[in-house]
Amino acid sequence: MSEITSSAAPPLPAPAEKLKFYGLWVGAAIALLLLPKIFSSGGSLTTFSLIGISIIFALSYNILLGQTGMLSFGHAVYYGLGGFLVIHAINIIGANKLPMPLPIVPLIGGLTGLLFAVLLGWVSTKRSGTAFAMISLGVAELIASSALILRTFFGGEAGISANRTKLLRVFDWNFGPQIQIYYLIAAWTVIAVIAMYALTRTPLGRMCNAVRDNPERVQFVGYDPHVVRYLAFCFSGFFAGIAGALAAINFEIANSAYLGAVQSGTVLFATYIGGVGFFIGPIVGAIFVTFLSLGLSDLTPVWQLYFGLIFIAVVVFAPGGITGLLMMHRPLLKAGTLPRVLPSYLIALVPTLAMIAGLALSIETIVHFTVSPGDDSHIKAFGVSFDAASPYIWAMAAILLIGGFLVARRTWTWVGHAWDHATSTAREKGIAA
Amino acid sequence: MLELIVISTLNGVLFGMLLFLMASGLTVIFSMLGVLNFAHASFYMLGAFFGFQISRWFGFWPALLIAPLLAGAIGAGVERFGLRRVHRNGHVAELLFTFGLAFVIEEIVQIIWGKSPVDFRIPPVLDFSAFTIFSTNYPAYKMFMLLVSIAIFAALLIVLKKTRIGLIVQAALTHPHMVGHLGHNVGRIFMLVFGVGTALAAVAGVIAGPALVTQANMAGLLGPILFVVVVVGGLGSLPGAFVASLLIGLVQTFAVSMNGSLSGAFGPLSPDYASTWLADIWSVTIAQIAPIMPYVLLVLILIFRPMGLLGTRET
Repeated sequence: MSEITSSAAPPLPAPAEKLKFYGLWVGAAIALLLLPKIFSSGGSLTTFSLIGISIIFALSYNILLGQTGMLSFGHAVYYGLGGFLVIHAINIIGANKLPMPLPIVPLIGGLTGLLFAVLLGWVSTKRSGTAFAMISLGVAELIASSALILRTFFGGEAGISANRTKLLRVFDWNFGPQIQIYYLIAAWTVIAVIAMYALTRTPLGRMCNAVRDNPERVQFVGYDPHVVRYLAFCFSGFFAGIAGALAAINFEIANSAYLGAVQSGTVLFATYIGGVGFFIGPIVGAIFVTFLSLGLSDLTPVWQLYFGLIFIAVVVFAPGGITGLLMMHRPLLKAGTLPRVLPSYLIALVPTLAMIAGLALSIETIVHFTVSPGDDSHIKAFGVSFDAASPYIWAMAAILLIGGFLVARRTWTWVGHAWDHATSTAREKGIAA
Repeated sequence: MLELIVISTLNGVLFGMLLFLMASGLTVIFSMLGVLNFAHASFYMLGAFFGFQISRWFGFWPALLIAPLLAGAIGAGVERFGLRRVHRNGHVAELLFTFGLAFVIEEIVQIIWGKSPVDFRIPPVLDFSAFTIFSTNYPAYKMFMLLVSIAIFAALLIVLKKTRIGLIVQAALTHPHMVGHLGHNVGRIFMLVFGVGTALAAVAGVIAGPALVTQANMAGLLGPILFVVVVVGGLGSLPGAFVASLLIGLVQTFAVSMNGSLSGAFGPLSPDYASTWLADIWSVTIAQIAPIMPYVLLVLILIFRPMGLLGTRET
């Protein structure tokens, strides 16, 4: 009997673990509070705001993909509708002088997302798997195309704008400067992250995992997988609406791009690259992808191509995403066998980097000749200047690409051997890998 | 009125057959490999752009042959070196792989051919009007498109139903392991099916390229409609894909040619509502909502028949 209870419910956490757990949250909140003191430039504040929005959006997406196993291609619908409603709400509140301060306005966006998820979710979640993915795509196209028809509400191509400073003031903040918006977004990010983490610990969150892993068994236990999927969908829509609302407040505008396929694709990229298997994955992904899209666009004109290639590489080589890759090493770290793998990593890194450099060099050279063939052939990409017309550069690109690939393939098998050795040692020590 | 019906029916059947050229490959690939190829419309776009480039160098007729072969070879390579690797990571990873592929192909096409439409023209041999009905000249090229798609449809039907290869493909659809036990190389069959499926999409691209607009966003525009076709027809059902292709082709063409709106039927809205969102709905014409018709159809089908028109599987 005691065996059953101990396997059914995890043991209560020890005080030390509890302290670690709450310490982590408090530490994160303090870090968010101090961040603008360290990086106080306008550009970095904008970046942090974007990251906060992106974190909420990616986590809300992971309620579907990671927790419930539903791949959605149309999550931006709830994000965008939340944004549009909030812009309208700010305009109405501002015009009628309603007693509603800006910090609680994102809740309107969340409720909008929830409302539309309630309306559209029941039909969408009837089926799971590939059919759900296609249905979400169809529904997203339906909403995005309708937005262009209903011009008075959605503002057509130009979108609609609002002035966020005209609302009721709290603590004498008018939310004009970016720093105040940063704190608003940071506060909402903390609230939303805690709420979504708590959601994963509820019975509903657990049932979502069960539906993801084995829907048939869920039916036998007496739950309807459709209802569980629907509830997860509604929660997901709610948090996506909050993210959209914060984005609309940040930019003071909402347009049809908010609802579009690009937005849905970006959140999918961020979530998957970060890793869907762990709660922290989408947070890592949101930070990584935001920095990547801001950083790469300065370095090369075809950054979206690299973005797509990175995504494909993650899907093929690291289906667990960045966090999945890191978490793989935890048992090795515990067993103390990690140092055995590291040398092989270093050896494999050299040819792999050479291959990537060769690939980037070839892409940039080709881009030069197809996009701007008449221009000066001395181009600069990733901060490196080179002559795209020189045969030496072509030869170097080819050698790096092909030679790097051949050597890298060999070295990664070594990594595989070292990895197997290290994990089997860890397993002998009784640490599950 | 009769003129409108005849011309729209012709155009609708034509668009439907083009859709089916793509949907058939997509359906067979889905049934066999269990993965919905998100990049299928990208191969249609590759077909159009390869066709454009080759017809510039060698003329339209070689392009009609070489472009699909090229796109099919790329498709087979994608299956062999990409999808087969990803397969062990599960269906979601496979779908995401093709999603990333569609993204990358669009970027590459933009880099090579630019964002604006390319000048892909109807070959001069076919640039005349085939016949005149009700004072409308019907272009010969459209008849040619119709004939090509019907010919491929017939060939596909014969190969699948009457030949040994078709038999093996049909068997591999339902019992891939059994086919493997009988000594057939299932991996190679999968690769060939993927190659042929993408080549069919590329044929559609080559023949549709001159008639429609050959542009880097053509895959993004057509892709979602294609997925609506396979879901409405029933995932994995070839006859279902055929019916749904024609249905959506006809619905969209008829909708485009109709100018009616609520204000036309019931008179203009009272000026009190002129600046509200009701005015948008009131004055929008059927032609304007044509782009969303397939999605409305999708939602209706999902409510009333979740497994699709001729589908049998629930998931």
